Amino acid sequence: MTDITFGAANPAKVDTAPPVKVRGYWQSVAYRLRYDYVTLVFGFIILAIVLAALLSPWIAPMDPQKTSMVYRLKPIGFKQFTLGTDELGRDILSRLLWGGRTSLLMGVVPVGLAVLIGGTLGVIAGFIGGKINMLIMRTMDIFYAFPSILLAVAISGAMGGGMANGMLALTLVFIPPLCRIAETATTQVRGLDFVEAARASGAGTASIIVHHILGNVLAPVFVYASGLVSVSILIASGLSFLGLGVEPPTPDWGLMLSTLRQAIYVNPWVCALPGAAIFITSLSFNMVSDGLRQAMDVKM
Amino acid sequence: MSFFFRSAPTTTASASASASASPSAPVADGVRPLVEVEDLQVRFVSREATVHAVNGVSFSLMPGEVLCIIGESGSGKSVTMRALMRLLPAHKTRMSGRMRVGDKDVLALSPSELTAMRGALVSMIFQEPMTALDPVYTIGEQIAETVMRHTGCSRAAALRRGLELLEFVKVPSAERRLKAYPHELSGGLRQRAMIAMALSCNPSLLLADEPTTALDATVQIQVLILMRKLQKELGMSVIFVTHDLGVAAQIADKVAVMYAGRIVEMGSVKEVLSNPQHPYTRGMLASTVHGQDRDRDIEAIPGSPPDMRRLAPGCSFAPRCAHATEECLASAPPEIRMGPARAVRCFRAGQFGAPSASLAIA
Repeated sequence: MTDITFGAANPAKVDTAPPVKVRGYWQSVAYRLRYDYVTLVFGFIILAIVLAALLSPWIAPMDPQKTSMVYRLKPIGFKQFTLGTDELGRDILSRLLWGGRTSLLMGVVPVGLAVLIGGTLGVIAGFIGGKINMLIMRTMDIFYAFPSILLAVAISGAMGGGMANGMLALTLVFIPPLCRIAETATTQVRGLDFVEAARASGAGTASIIVHHILGNVLAPVFVYASGLVSVSILIASGLSFLGLGVEPPTPDWGLMLSTLRQAIYVNPWVCALPGAAIFITSLSFNMVSDGLRQAMDVKM
Repeated sequence: MSFFFRSAPTTTASASASASASPSAPVADGVRPLVEVEDLQVRFVSREATVHAVNGVSFSLMPGEVLCIIGESGSGKSVTMRALMRLLPAHKTRMSGRMRVGDKDVLALSPSELTAMRGALVSMIFQEPMTALDPVYTIGEQIAETVMRHTGCSRAAALRRGLELLEFVKVPSAERRLKAYPHELSGGLRQRAMIAMALSCNPSLLLADEPTTALDATVQIQVLILMRKLQKELGMSVIFVTHDLGVAAQIADKVAVMYAGRIVEMGSVKEVLSNPQHPYTRGMLASTVHGQDRDRDIEAIPGSPPDMRRLAPGCSFAPRCAHATEECLASAPPEIRMGPARAVRCFRAGQFGAPSASLAIA
């Protein structure tokens, strides 16, 4: 009875059927994103903000640092000031464009660094387990004990203001959550059969981590990190607002919000503009992060 | 078959024996068994308890033979297989005994020798084809990974080899399946892909850990037939772990029945299934569905398997055995040899006649 052959198991027969299109992983992610209009719209908004920030030296109508005692706190649409002026008579539109650079930088750099450091620590903790896991994860728990904004304020307060210190403080704030995400994902993946199957086919520890652990851990870490960008922008703005982040006169959305606060009864609409910029940017990052999470879930 | 595959060794008597209808044909002198395991003991040590998972297992396997290890959950059959590849976590596993595969002393291998052996000399297929394949890589990438690791060939060559393997295990539209992700394939196709991966480096020994348990009945028989066919074509030895007697009857040359970490009965598939001598094997056979009357209850074995943390000195099956005597509870029965390749661990071996209802063997 071992000589029975099945029709369906005969490759020559079935290969004559019309070929079915097979999509790769990134192709299928792109395919799912193409019909997710919400994510697409917010993606374009992010693209526009990034482009505007990058091109600010060329597209900004005025020098963002040029003050004018005559044109202080002018409303939206006053003469050549499309979005009005601040308390020192500087052009709000130019400052918003230039400020986007600092704000985006403060959003992306700390998260990127934290992905590298926290992700590595998390994979190590999850893969090795035991005492190493205990040591790393309990250290992270200590950081968890503080609310993230308070921690950022405390760290940059201790180290002094400035953009570099602000970034460092934000990086430290984001390492624990990213480490925990990576650790959880690694622990789940490590116990699955395909890791043992890889070992059984002769894979060493390094090869297993690079191929099988990272391949499965990167997606959740990446999705979570894209959500953190908006948090980072918000906290960075908060730090600037408190005078701990970017120092004046460098244009920054948080700093603008802070200095314009006193003018809220004089010219409320102009005061709201940097806040609106922060709001739209972080909302866009959040929405895109959500869309990515749905599109990148392979196991459907 | 292409040049990639080693042709079946036609010079060895055992290979021709396994290919012929009588698997128990005596083996010609001068042919060394491919696998020899002697008095293998595996214990899992933790702070709370020591689990005696395998307690003195010995067997040997000729090139081109299929050994089926039958036993219930927790009988130590999977542990025995993983011990053969040293896949058990080193820090809490204590192993003793002797294991030889080919010319390698498994327990003495260094870590680098181990990774060289795994996948090339010995490879393994797993029970759950869904979780045994990495969801983020295509089937082709996963096969190519193993091929590249052991042969050091280029990615393109490894992918060509992958395509050839998928065709070899009869995956329809192999080219398309090579680019597919595991979740895009059915269970049967996934298991075929697993088999292709395991065969990618021409292993001499294939370990199969219940590879058909997760499949439905029709696919199960297809995979079994395929495995038997591949095994004969490649002249490969297979150790097949299962708890399904029907599966064992289909694929095995030799059968080893395990209970509480010991092999309680071993012999050719025909001898063991038609004339079982250990009460446990007899009980297992009696509890299967075959040509009995409709209204007759299936005879279950009373009781439950022993606690592997605290094994009694006597025969582990004695508390459940209808034929147990004082002797059985006092000391563990030795291996009683009943023919060249037949052994039973029971004081009363040889006293049982052929059971009234034995499993029909194809």
